[in-house]
Amino acid sequence: MDWVITAKDLTKVYKMGEVEVHALRGVSLKIKRGEVVTIMGPSGSGKSTLMNILGCLDRPTAGEYTLDGESVATLGDDQLADIRNRKVGFVFQSFNLLSRTSALSNVELPLRYAGITNGGRIERARAALEAVGLADRMSHKPTELSGGQQQRVAIARSLVNDPAIIMADEPTGNLDSKVGQEIMDLLLDLNRQKGTTLIIVTHDPTIAKQTQRVIRLRDGLVEKNK
Amino acid sequence: MNLLQSFLEALESLSANKLRSGLTILGIVIGVAAVIAMLAIGAGAQNTITGSISGIGTNLLFVFRGGTSDTVRNPRPLTLGDAQAIADPFAAPDVEAVAPILQGNGELVFGGQKDTATINGVTPAYFSVRNYKVTEGEVITEEHILGRASVALIGPEAADNLFGRHEGIVGETIRIEGQPFRIIGVLESKGGGSFGSQDNVVLVPFTTAQARLIRRSTADRVDVIFAQAASSDSVPRAIDEISGILRTRHRTPIGEDDFTVFSQEDFLQTAQTITGVLTIFLGGIAAISLLVGGIGIMNIMLVSVTERTREIGLRKALGARKRDILTQFLTESSLLSLFGGLVGIALGWLIAFIVGRVAVASGTPFTPSVGLNAILLATLFSAAVGLFFGIYPANRAANLEPVEALRYE
Repeated sequence: MDWVITAKDLTKVYKMGEVEVHALRGVSLKIKRGEVVTIMGPSGSGKSTLMNILGCLDRPTAGEYTLDGESVATLGDDQLADIRNRKVGFVFQSFNLLSRTSALSNVELPLRYAGITNGGRIERARAALEAVGLADRMSHKPTELSGGQQQRVAIARSLVNDPAIIMADEPTGNLDSKVGQEIMDLLLDLNRQKGTTLIIVTHDPTIAKQTQRVIRLRDGLVEKNK
Repeated sequence: MNLLQSFLEALESLSANKLRSGLTILGIVIGVAAVIAMLAIGAGAQNTITGSISGIGTNLLFVFRGGTSDTVRNPRPLTLGDAQAIADPFAAPDVEAVAPILQGNGELVFGGQKDTATINGVTPAYFSVRNYKVTEGEVITEEHILGRASVALIGPEAADNLFGRHEGIVGETIRIEGQPFRIIGVLESKGGGSFGSQDNVVLVPFTTAQARLIRRSTADRVDVIFAQAASSDSVPRAIDEISGILRTRHRTPIGEDDFTVFSQEDFLQTAQTITGVLTIFLGGIAAISLLVGGIGIMNIMLVSVTERTREIGLRKALGARKRDILTQFLTESSLLSLFGGLVGIALGWLIAFIVGRVAVASGTPFTPSVGLNAILLATLFSAAVGLFFGIYPANRAANLEPVEALRYE
């Protein structure tokens, strides 16, 4: 089986002053390449922490984590940055676009950090924006776009580097249900076309229903994995 | 990311906050302008002072009464005899010409106009030694000396004060200290110098001054002896010869000279030292304002880092390494200060130019000069200020944890 994510006994302990908070108490999971997975759980269940670790934004206190064939649990800051750049695309609840620059430059940003030259960069950014249906909005700034359009720009940005996984953290949380469904359709569509693994963190059960697998967390442990 | 890209991006984010960037730049502008202007004014002052010292004559030596050592209590005055002894070509072969003078202040009157000017009693040698030329008329001759003639040469400023012009004056009679003197010539302008105006002056024959204008307790006393060395190489030998002659005549032991011999070079060096110290002092004060400007940059960059924490988090999530973030913020701060530096150079130049104009308008010919080294110094220094004061904020940005930064509200 072609596993894109293999995590074993992930634990994460935060020190809040004197108190130790156990956000993850030993999470093991595997995700197939091309799969669509939802991570659910009440607040405080550790799902954000798990997403940060799976997205290589943070390191586990202990445990093993292999992403797309590379063991990443013990890498340094700059190596993690490199992994994020090449293998992970992020979609955030609040879009997180740079408001000063055009949609095109926003989508280009990951390519800049990848060290790709001007010409190739613009071409790939255009293609990504076309793929999310924003071919006619490339030079617009985020403030000139609707919420749904902004999230589309963010999705284009997440897939411009052809990542192994896309991590979407409440991607429809700031949108009304109609636009939210459009975004979900777009993400699922991209998954079908490109085969990019999609991991959605949410507490919206209507989203969970649309995915092949739901991982439920409670108190830092996997409660249900079907 | 390459340098050009980070340069463009920095430009973009600086122009997003135009007022703030402008005010930050202003701090550097003022600092650099102050440094440039002060250095220019210092260099200009140095040029003017050395120029006016050089204008006194060439290879000049000045002999004054009084020694530099504390043990000399009652220095003997210099006399005409001393001057004649120095002029002896066998005793002092390296001294080419000697010009003793008597110096005093006096009131000049012509018609209803009055002027207080320096009165110099001089010998014919004075004109060649001091490099004085006349714009009209003639200079004082041996005959004037022998005859104690009531004739005078007048400086252009004194002429302006009395006549309202400095041409066509020869033949007029003015009163100096109440006594009538016929004007036989008008002196060329020497310009305002660091020793007061050299143009508000009348020159009269030495003997006339001695007998009728400047009375001294000792009969043949002189105030200053000007001597001219044959060449610049012979200046040190001429000093030794003059000192030897005067020691013998004044019967003073070595080390207790009751006279002082200065060379023009000594004056030049002293003046250069003084103006150099002045320039450093002014430049140093100006540099403090540059430092304050740098702190302004640091302050704004810190605000900017805090404000853009989420942006930094996002960039890190998208794959920015520490170095990328560091470069981004350092580029911004250097750009701020470099831009401020360039504007500051222009402003400093303008200030120096205006100061020069004001000086000329008020009668002091004085040209501030903006040196290439001052410009280089200011540019490098301001860029360095930006880098230095940008390091701390940029480091802070680069070391943010991506998770924390993304969560920041």
